[in-house]
Amino acid sequence: MLVSYKWLQEYVDLSGISPEELAEKITKSGIEVEGVEKKSEGLKGVVIGHVLEKEKHPEADKLNKCLVDLGQENPVQIICGAPNVDKGQKVAVATVGAVLPGNFKIKKAKLRGEESNGMICSLQELGIEPKVVAKDYSSGIFVFPSDVEVGQDALAVLGLDDAILELGLTPNRADAMSMLGVAYEVAAILGREVKWPEIKGDEGKEAASDYISVSVEAKEENPLYVAKVVKDIKIGPSPLWMQTLLMNSGIRPHNNVVDITNYVLLEYGQPLHAFDYDQLGSKQIVVRMASEGEKITTLDDEERTLNSGNLVITNGTEPVALAGVMGGANSEVGAETTTVLLESAYFTGGSIRRTSKEQGLRSEASSRYEKGVDPNRVRQAAERAADLLARYAGGTVLKGSVEADTLKAEPAVVSITLQKINSVLGTELVMDTVKDIFNRLQFETAVEGDEIIVTVPTRRGDITIEADLIEEVARLYGYDHLPKTLPVAEALPGGLNDYQLKRRKTRAFLEGAGLYQAITYSLTSEEKASQFALEQGEAVRLAMPMSEERSTLRLSILPQLLEALKYNLARQNDSLALYETGSVFLKTDENELPREKEHLAGAVTGLWHSQLWQGEKKYVDFYTAKGILEGLFEVLGISESVVYKAAEEDGLHPGRTAAVYLNDEKIGFVGQVHPKVQKEMDLKETYVFELSLEALLAAETTPIAYQTIPRYPSVTRDIALVVDKRVTAGELYSVIEAAGGKLLKEVSVFDLYEGDRMEDGKKSIAFSLKYFNPERTLTDEEVSKAHGKVLKAVEENTGAALRS
Amino acid sequence: MKERLQELQAEALTKVEEAGSLKELNDIRVSYLGKKGPITEVLRGMGKLSAEERPVIGALANEVREAIAAEIENKQVHLEEAAIAEKLKAETIDVTLPGSPVRTGARHALTKVVEEIEDLFISMGYTVAEGPEVEKDYYNFEALNLPKGHPARDMQDSFYITEETLLRTHTSPVQARTMEKHQGKGAVKIICPGKVYRRDNDDATHSHQFMQIEGLVVDENIRMSDLKGTLDVFAKKMFGEDREIRLRPSFFPFTEPSVEMDISCKVCGGKGCSVCKGTGWIEILGAGMVHPNVLEMAGYDSKKYSGFAFGMGPERIAMLKYGVDDIRHFYTNDVRFLKQFSKHEA
Repeated sequence: MLVSYKWLQEYVDLSGISPEELAEKITKSGIEVEGVEKKSEGLKGVVIGHVLEKEKHPEADKLNKCLVDLGQENPVQIICGAPNVDKGQKVAVATVGAVLPGNFKIKKAKLRGEESNGMICSLQELGIEPKVVAKDYSSGIFVFPSDVEVGQDALAVLGLDDAILELGLTPNRADAMSMLGVAYEVAAILGREVKWPEIKGDEGKEAASDYISVSVEAKEENPLYVAKVVKDIKIGPSPLWMQTLLMNSGIRPHNNVVDITNYVLLEYGQPLHAFDYDQLGSKQIVVRMASEGEKITTLDDEERTLNSGNLVITNGTEPVALAGVMGGANSEVGAETTTVLLESAYFTGGSIRRTSKEQGLRSEASSRYEKGVDPNRVRQAAERAADLLARYAGGTVLKGSVEADTLKAEPAVVSITLQKINSVLGTELVMDTVKDIFNRLQFETAVEGDEIIVTVPTRRGDITIEADLIEEVARLYGYDHLPKTLPVAEALPGGLNDYQLKRRKTRAFLEGAGLYQAITYSLTSEEKASQFALEQGEAVRLAMPMSEERSTLRLSILPQLLEALKYNLARQNDSLALYETGSVFLKTDENELPREKEHLAGAVTGLWHSQLWQGEKKYVDFYTAKGILEGLFEVLGISESVVYKAAEEDGLHPGRTAAVYLNDEKIGFVGQVHPKVQKEMDLKETYVFELSLEALLAAETTPIAYQTIPRYPSVTRDIALVVDKRVTAGELYSVIEAAGGKLLKEVSVFDLYEGDRMEDGKKSIAFSLKYFNPERTLTDEEVSKAHGKVLKAVEENTGAALRS
Repeated sequence: MKERLQELQAEALTKVEEAGSLKELNDIRVSYLGKKGPITEVLRGMGKLSAEERPVIGALANEVREAIAAEIENKQVHLEEAAIAEKLKAETIDVTLPGSPVRTGARHALTKVVEEIEDLFISMGYTVAEGPEVEKDYYNFEALNLPKGHPARDMQDSFYITEETLLRTHTSPVQARTMEKHQGKGAVKIICPGKVYRRDNDDATHSHQFMQIEGLVVDENIRMSDLKGTLDVFAKKMFGEDREIRLRPSFFPFTEPSVEMDISCKVCGGKGCSVCKGTGWIEILGAGMVHPNVLEMAGYDSKKYSGFAFGMGPERIAMLKYGVDDIRHFYTNDVRFLKQFSKHEA
């Protein structure tokens, strides 16, 4: 809502309050003022000129040579390119030395050899938005009424020196969608009076009821319809002051009739519609729901197909307006109109919202009806508009109005105790303060002991319960005056739960290990949604996605993480390690929530470690990714329960992928991105993992229990085994660990050789075995005995030969 | 003989003095103090001496021997030190070359902000509550005083999946769920972080997916002044002790009264600048007293219980705190962006 400071002064005394001060006060007490604009700021030197002579520029077809009186001693010559410039016009002239929007300075110039001492301006050139410039002047200069005084400041005449407050209205404050509504708000803030417009109410002899009858079938959607008839209308431009106020409020002027309905709409917040009475095609108005498939061409020349949820105004046979949204083209007021049927009605929000949404049509009227208008202004607005039509369109207002009224517009009565107000706000207000606040709002009050009974005018439909009254008190008392306290309550221990703590630990570990946390989108394409899915299932698709690319909820994090790698690779960030924790979604039953699981995914590519000047480089490989997981499992205390098994997964290298099992349950995988996928996505060799974070963090861990630091030395024996290539390290580990007995404390691989010097199909793998007895120093014989058993078991179970 | 010994001493000491290496020194030791050395030779000739002279010369010879040995010892220490010094000198490296890099990753800027807020409220006795990102219309809207057809639903244009399920448009449903679990009894003090979704085209200031963090306190006798005090603590801890807060009336369907909180602009100190658009204030969050309908729907008696709630966007806070100019940076995961949030902040 755009509020003209000058206009507002007509309804409430603003003396002593600058626009900026006013904006600050309004913001602090309830409605955010998003900006204060003075269009003329920075502009100067634009005056009203009188075009005395006009002739064609001798050298240029499209230019005119004008002699313009600027109210100075001598008229000046100005070259003008506007097609509509003509002798006798009053126009806005930017004189030599003037400054126009964009810091455009006007200088004396020669155009095709002819001197030009300034510029005749269009409204757009003066900084007025094209969408509010009347159509007649949209592609030319603006022509002022002839009674405008020459030499005057044109910016002031156009109201550009006005300050426009832009109010950001929340949906509850429909009452402030009018000048009078804003006036009530400002009056409450300043403790001043509201001045209502004066309505003369002159009427002709004929009665409106002789011209029109009104019947409403859809009483629920339209509980009140007021029709007035104004005859002898002369269509023409509305007064300039009205046009400038409309433009300053963001509305394009049309003609006097339309401008007056818009003016009253802004003034009262009550939408009005003017029909050309002679084009109605009948002498009756019937308000009803549209029939399915019924058609209407609206004022914007769109043919619209209606349904039974749309409220229409008809002439008894066909629709003449889409109620509360837009009028019909068939009954539009035009240059020939002489009799106007004025509609002022109360339509309920629901049907208007529905129609407006379905038709993709929002108007000043519909946006007010949607949020609710004041039922008690319906008649007032009609009277006001009729009065203005008489004054500015030469009309004769017919006697009375024709109404269909089933509306019950009773003010709400809400009561509250002082104690309640103070206990909710944490204040110590006295009854007089509270009463004064309501009185400033012009709410009637009655005090009974500790209770205050408030009668809320119908313009404030947002106030229905105690809490609403508390808010009125709080905002007008001022939040600045509210004390600062902290809740007085039983002290609750705050903190993270076990899962949240472990998740933080997981993140901290991964970041310490050199991975960056990524956050990607949950919505992806249907195709990507199921790639790398840990658990096969149906993906969840949006009913109305904005694009195919963001249509489906992910079943895995990896596709998005790989997208992030791709994005980085394309920007020369080629060594990358990213991880993400986030939800994936598996469809369940229709209208049931999907199964939402938190996953952990990671992706590494490029160099893992490098020290360039020493020539050291290590590229990531499968074991880099696996090593990250091993470290994580260690930190989470679950490494004893994890087993890796060679596996095949969609999108991963069939020979370089392991499934991760936790206590025999598959919880994820680690592997190399399949070279085919890698190529499709323009990636480099990439290793990834994705795990169910929930499974990982739900696993039971044993508490930390201190173990005595060994007092006796351990003995290490190394063995190099030659085995068939298919024998895995994992198998050898299990055999060694099983055979080593109590004394064997640690087994580790320290060498692997598969080169030329090996027999075909064989490899050499070397283990280091650490023996140790916590009770005493081991003897050589004891170690040899245990070690011998290991060697024997390995030979027998895996066909390994000891490498010499 | 006496003269001979003195001569030898002088000669040997000069040689020791001149010795340039440990080997040379050893040679001197062998040649003067060895069994075939001149001193031994002198001692061998002692048979010719008288009985009175013998002990005198013997003692002198020993003195000479010791003097030479001591000097050699002395010199040896010097030479060894010199040798070490020489070796160390040869081992000198360029200490200005870069060290071996240790990998470090970083937490995402949004996680950083969220954890900082979580920790702040945890210290004030809050627990962290989470909930599903796909929600029922009931929890996302209806339980929050947004019945079907409510005009304010437009404020949060949503991604529906079916008529009854949608991607949550705020983290408030977690509040509704938590209150419901309490079955109308006992205090609630939670902070709810999470991802939320709205039908917005992604641009520099809009994202169809973003984070929210909300707080809720419900108990008997919770006052609006408690909300103001809590937000003041939050603002000062999060943005600096010198920051002031301002509450402005606003509207949210789930709170009444509703406010928005601004903090004084750090850049201009409240005088007005381009960062705060000339107002001296920067909008941080929305808050209010829990609407009685919301309490009642969750099973709380709104005559006995009251509460406050607040909610904010970690993206906005990160943008203000770190000066990030485009919300999309948080979701493209450019490592040049991610890397900037690894260090500790004062």
